[in-house]
Amino acid sequence: MQLLTSSVGRKILMAITGQLMVLFVIVHLLGNSTIFIGWVNAYAEHLHAMPPVVWIFRIVMLALVGIHILFGIQLTLENSAANPQGYAVNNKLKATFASENMIWTGLLLLAFIVYHVLHFTARVTPDIVKGVDALGRFDVFTMVVSSFQHGIIAVIYVAAMVTLFLHLSHGIQSFFQTMGWNNAKSLPVFSKIAMVLAVIFLLGYSSIPLFIVTGILNK
Amino acid sequence: MNLTLHVWRQAGPNQPGKLEVYEAKHVSPDQSFLEMLDEVNEELIKGGKDPISFDHDCREGICGMCSQVINGVPHGGQDRTTVCQLHMRTFKDGDSIFIEPWRARAFPLLRDLVVDRTALDRIIESGGYTSCHTGGVADGNAILIPKPDAEYAMDAAECIGCGACVAGCPNGSAMLFTSAKVAQLAALPQGKAEAAQRVCAMTESMKENGFGNCTNHYECQAACPKGINVKFIAKLNREFQKSLFE
Repeated sequence: MQLLTSSVGRKILMAITGQLMVLFVIVHLLGNSTIFIGWVNAYAEHLHAMPPVVWIFRIVMLALVGIHILFGIQLTLENSAANPQGYAVNNKLKATFASENMIWTGLLLLAFIVYHVLHFTARVTPDIVKGVDALGRFDVFTMVVSSFQHGIIAVIYVAAMVTLFLHLSHGIQSFFQTMGWNNAKSLPVFSKIAMVLAVIFLLGYSSIPLFIVTGILNK
Repeated sequence: MNLTLHVWRQAGPNQPGKLEVYEAKHVSPDQSFLEMLDEVNEELIKGGKDPISFDHDCREGICGMCSQVINGVPHGGQDRTTVCQLHMRTFKDGDSIFIEPWRARAFPLLRDLVVDRTALDRIIESGGYTSCHTGGVADGNAILIPKPDAEYAMDAAECIGCGACVAGCPNGSAMLFTSAKVAQLAALPQGKAEAAQRVCAMTESMKENGFGNCTNHYECQAACPKGINVKFIAKLNREFQKSLFE
């Protein structure tokens, strides 16, 4: 029960669920990258050949997102209640835009995830092109390319990845501190590793809509 | 030098307060910040006005009583320096200085720049001690403590309980204060016995006393006049995890 109600327990749950989602972000980026070497249709075909695995994975992800959001909102409300009156002059020494706006970048990411699932998983948005490739597989490549050729959709995805960058630039290093895995010497090292990872995610994910909207990657 | 001060004035708890402007004239750069305020107060008293109330005691940076947020930073932002040890040479002639009290729900304002910080004492009461007898001086030396452990505990024990960590924290959390005591005692053989109960009781007391939760901004370490490191919060987190399995 300590884990669900105490200040530190809930922080640990936030950290663990967050980091499991970061693992998903890594795997998802690797999967996405197959679009550059022409394997994305094969990748999608293999993935969806195992429906039980896919569904277990989705349910686990939903649980992680749910726990992370629930405690995130609860802790943020408690924290703003604990600090009801700000200063006339506000001079922060260490806190960053990213660390102070985790709730907002988090909620924006939630909105993006809902859109993203409706877009490429449920495939119910009007821009979606559903077809099959020469080998009879669902044509993920054409679906993605024709979507991102709409400039507005490319912009939405890149903006979401900037939001993800902000969220994770604080979130990943925060995980090590919350788990107690760092000391005074390793904290700055973990902060740098977190920043490098967040930049890799930003560049890696954004490169797909950017390459498509600029015409470098096309049908 | 001459300065313009914007000072938070409030007659009492739950009364309306506002920033009032005062001129501090002929300030010596060798004066401490509190000495500068003393002179402003003398002028106010001469003019038949209420002096500015502020907390102070030792005036040598060790008691933890002075508690002012100067230009948006607890203790004024000079590294490892309390307000009483902040000297006027760090300011320039003609500067405007904003002076506000610690702001946090757990620190109710009493008057002007004075807040009630007994919530920190209540956190200590909840477990910031060892209940075993450690004996007299000779017995104390009978328990050998490795030098690195003693140093680690002493670094944590440097906390003077001023509350700057809470005042600086965007969440009004007392995690640095709490972790300093948890880490200090958990590093020593006398404190290890009750480490699990202590970390749970003290973090629970922090919550009950109206402090927020830590979200790793590290603003506390930057504001701390004693340089208490956030590694102690990491230690508290480890101690909490151990307590889950005890």
